[in-house]
Amino acid sequence: MDAIRTLDATDPAGSSGPDRSQRRRVGLLHRFANPGRFLRLAARLQPWTNALALVLTGWGLIWGLFFAPADWQQGDAVRIMYVHVPAAWLASAGYVALAVCSVLSLVWRHPLADLAAAEIGPVGAAVTAVCLASGSLWGKPMWGAWWVWDARLTSVLVLFFLYVGHIALLRAFDEPQRGYRAGAILALVGAIDLPIIKFSVQWWNTLHQPDSITLTGAPTMSTSMLWPLLISALGFSFGFAAIVLARLRAAVMEQRLRVLLLSRGNAAAGAPS
Amino acid sequence: MTRKSRRLWLLVACGIGLGSASALALDAFSANIVFFVAPSQLLATPANGRTVRLGGMVVAGSLHEAHRSGEPVAQFQVTDGQKAVQVRYAGILPDLFREGQSVVALGELASDGTFAASEVLAKHDETYMPKEVAEALRKSGKWNPKFGPAPSAASWNRMSVKTDTTRGS
Repeated sequence: MDAIRTLDATDPAGSSGPDRSQRRRVGLLHRFANPGRFLRLAARLQPWTNALALVLTGWGLIWGLFFAPADWQQGDAVRIMYVHVPAAWLASAGYVALAVCSVLSLVWRHPLADLAAAEIGPVGAAVTAVCLASGSLWGKPMWGAWWVWDARLTSVLVLFFLYVGHIALLRAFDEPQRGYRAGAILALVGAIDLPIIKFSVQWWNTLHQPDSITLTGAPTMSTSMLWPLLISALGFSFGFAAIVLARLRAAVMEQRLRVLLLSRGNAAAGAPS
Repeated sequence: MTRKSRRLWLLVACGIGLGSASALALDAFSANIVFFVAPSQLLATPANGRTVRLGGMVVAGSLHEAHRSGEPVAQFQVTDGQKAVQVRYAGILPDLFREGQSVVALGELASDGTFAASEVLAKHDETYMPKEVAEALRKSGKWNPKFGPAPSAASWNRMSVKTDTTRGS
């Protein structure tokens, strides 16, 4: 997100050269001048996010799954936590990123934000699916039910449908710009689900337990379980960032390629006359 | 610039409108959003013959298990600290079911004041601790799981480090 914000501060029109003959082609391309800077920055960042994702996820999961102690009442089933909690955290954090991109798109009409929103969506849907599936696998042996319609579970299911709806809506228009606009509006309307997910376990009676890790209080978890969980969550976060970064780079390059082919096609069509 | 700030303010206005509308709607429906009712709520508004979920802590010493024609039958009391309700349930209880555990039972309040449950779910709390710590707390008399949730992690996290290091050395 920092990359997008700093890029947003620069003037995209500033890259257009003084050469009049080039201005028309630059006019077509100038929208992607900023993404050009993004590509250079992203290419430098990518190896770091990849490496951190692999190392931290591996470290956190091996520690959590094999070396962390079993819970006194849940036994080894508590180890599902080391996948479930990072996935749940990223389901919400990914949606926050999607909402920020949507604001950048609707207010500042930033083309890179449109592409970023389109690339965050499927990754967010995937982690939300992992969160729901791992939670279900955890719920059956502990609670005695695969699924219950309590406020926490239902609001996360709504989040999954929002992600899927965003993916579908982006692709429902012939003109991509209209799809981006509709998708951004949907993403922002859906952002109301985020506080509902967060506070559902405090506002209403739920079967799902309240958060063990909060900003205000001390964690209600043994430190021998907390550390692998935090490292796993950090690793998952870098993994999310690495996948979105790779997808976004590919999308920007694809966009540039399309513009290049279009302008070349136009030039070829214009040449004989 | 003015167009951008106009769009931004429009977005903020829509956000405030949508946010307050959702807050009002959720507040109005909160009685239906809750997953279960507490024993004192159930007894205050008896839902005659209506299926409800009853949630609370299993009272220590109240659990009686028996077998009737090959099927396990359990009787226990569920409390929220103010009132307690006697629950009858025929079937297999979840693994985490025990006295002192929070449970959610689906069923209806019979005319004799007992709650006939058709499903019992265990609701564990947000405290996670290793077995050795739970055992040590129980032995030292600081906590008996039968009488409610564990003490705060800050009071035993040091202890868990100590047991870990003694095991490691």
